[in-house]
Amino acid sequence: MATVELRFSALPAHVRTARLVAAAVARRSGVDEGVLDEVRLAVGEACSRAVHLHRRHCPDRPVLVTLVDDEDAFRVAVTDEAPAEPGGGEGFGALTDVADLVDAEAVPPGVGLAVIAGLVDDVVVEQGRDSGLVVRMTWPTG
Amino acid sequence: MDLSLSTRTEGDRTIVEVGGEIDVYTAPRLREQLVDLVADGKYHLVVDMERVDFLDSTGLGVLVGGLKRVRAHDGSLRLVCTQERILKIFRITGLTKVFPIHSSVEEAVGATE
Repeated sequence: MATVELRFSALPAHVRTARLVAAAVARRSGVDEGVLDEVRLAVGEACSRAVHLHRRHCPDRPVLVTLVDDEDAFRVAVTDEAPAEPGGGEGFGALTDVADLVDAEAVPPGVGLAVIAGLVDDVVVEQGRDSGLVVRMTWPTG
Repeated sequence: MDLSLSTRTEGDRTIVEVGGEIDVYTAPRLREQLVDLVADGKYHLVVDMERVDFLDSTGLGVLVGGLKRVRAHDGSLRLVCTQERILKIFRITGLTKVFPIHSSVEEAVGATE
């Protein structure tokens, strides 16, 4: 069972709540103080991405964040329920050309994943049970 | 902490001082500010990020959007940032190649292409 589980409506304001909760649980779990910024940013990116997709596809469904204090690691999973976007091209390689970003009016969801991949050493993206993705991130604890 | 925004003019440069958190919730306000400035004919912007505590990819998107708008008028958008945790996000995304990043407002205001 998760140490802390957070389920929130897909609203931008709640991404901040998720960041604060994640940082608080990470600190309690013994994640190094210098890495908390990284936890905050990575969890925020994963939640922003999920909120963006939910608002487009399933605004009534909540986003799920689970935070687990394991023996030697702090584990976070951010789960969305949005269907895969056709030809979405989302993934770690999405930000191959900065020019793509300059041409886009809004940052595509793939950029959030690219930031997470750049920040977090241990990150896995899996298909969710029914639809959507689960972004799993792990940090060692002292 | 919420987002704070203030602007002032130095010569033909407009300095936008940003403080607090730029994220998916607050970024629309920064976008609005940049759009208003460009609509007002301010095409040379210096965004001072020294008091920004948090920046995510949504914030990056707004800055990129601002850059696009000023470039359409042969303008410029320069950033002032010395905070390592913020600079890291620009490096990860490769945006250090897109934005001129300065270590002080004076340096940014004095810079030419």
